[in-house]
Amino acid sequence: MKQYDIAIIGGGGAGLTAALYAARARRSTIVFEGKVTGGQIATTDLVENFPGFPEGVNGFDLAMAMLQQAERFGTEMAYEPVQSLERLPGGSFRITTDGGAYEARAVIYTAGADYNRLGIPGETELTGKGVSWCATCDAAFFAGQEVAVVGGGDAALDEGLFVTRYASKVHVIHRRDTLRASQILQERSFANPRMSFTWDTVVERINGTDQVTSLDLRNVKTGETTNLPVGAIFIFIGQTPNSHLLKGLAELDAGGHALVDLEMRTSLPGLFAAGDIRTKAARQLIAAAGDGATAAISAEHYLNALDRAAEHEGTLATAR
Amino acid sequence: MADVRETSDATFTTEVVNGDLPALVDFWAPWCGPCRMVAPIVGELSEEYAGKINFFKLNTDENANVPSKYGIRSIPSLLLFKPGDDKPVATIVGFRPKGDLKKRIDEALA
Repeated sequence: MKQYDIAIIGGGGAGLTAALYAARARRSTIVFEGKVTGGQIATTDLVENFPGFPEGVNGFDLAMAMLQQAERFGTEMAYEPVQSLERLPGGSFRITTDGGAYEARAVIYTAGADYNRLGIPGETELTGKGVSWCATCDAAFFAGQEVAVVGGGDAALDEGLFVTRYASKVHVIHRRDTLRASQILQERSFANPRMSFTWDTVVERINGTDQVTSLDLRNVKTGETTNLPVGAIFIFIGQTPNSHLLKGLAELDAGGHALVDLEMRTSLPGLFAAGDIRTKAARQLIAAAGDGATAAISAEHYLNALDRAAEHEGTLATAR
Repeated sequence: MADVRETSDATFTTEVVNGDLPALVDFWAPWCGPCRMVAPIVGELSEEYAGKINFFKLNTDENANVPSKYGIRSIPSLLLFKPGDDKPVATIVGFRPKGDLKKRIDEALA
């Protein structure tokens, strides 16, 4: 079994920053990423709220730069989905992936969150045929067509605005009559002639056989049902934390986020959590990166204490 | 050495459908982040399946006919063909880890 000082589960903004700090502390560091490196930023067209980039930066380019920076100081990457995380009797951790087993003295859990699904008929059947969670990947296939974006948060408006580059009209379908998104995104969306808002409305069914052709909508206040012809539906209705591996190891809040203190320590010694996975996260890249740095510094303190205890044991043994 | 050849609307039938081996085609575009993540994995697969499967990539910005024929609405999409058959035996949409891809390929060609 390969051994490391610090294993980081998740290669998004929190994980790659934690890796940078851990590797610079000269701790042997490995990052596990089973999906797209960079996590949510990797599919973001333009990141405008990460300091240091006055004109904004492409999310994928930023993710690749973070990866290079972490690797430059010796971080190893394992592009393998983690299947289980266990605590061993000695206090270290075993990480099992579809590629093998690894042991680490400390773990920083940065697995983030995945976009929620609507759970309605047609959603699974038409995924990749007009149902999408990645506007930057798929918007170009709907040039000149009308499309829908579901949701009222930053992701919905940000991605919706991106889609207006291609689509003739973007219908934002939101179940309430106010948006949760940041003011600047709301202002831009209301000013964009290609953005159209459908309030107090939910999608009940996605229609189509080989590709999406229309949506069945229902107004939650009047009960009125309508059909909206669109070629695509982009779904941004919140996220669910990827915390299943933490169950039984660390305490979670009611929403499934890891409970941590200000040093990103979970309830289990040696296990840290950072980024969107942790309770009360700001769910912003810069906050995730900050959490990652804090978690790596805490993990370093934890390992230092273990090393000192081991040395002390050694001194005692020699004296005896 | 990774061996992933560029294919196009013009050469698709000859190279992919009527090739000597099964063929895996990576539909991609330069602006798609996850496509750039898939590319090195497809490269590694081309080494592991050398002599068993031919590997191709098709730029959906430069080629409209083939993506349209196969109803590509999301990239990355990987389509696997058996020789002489223009209907794919497997369609994999979105980024998947390498282990998943190998499983899908092996099942489709078993």
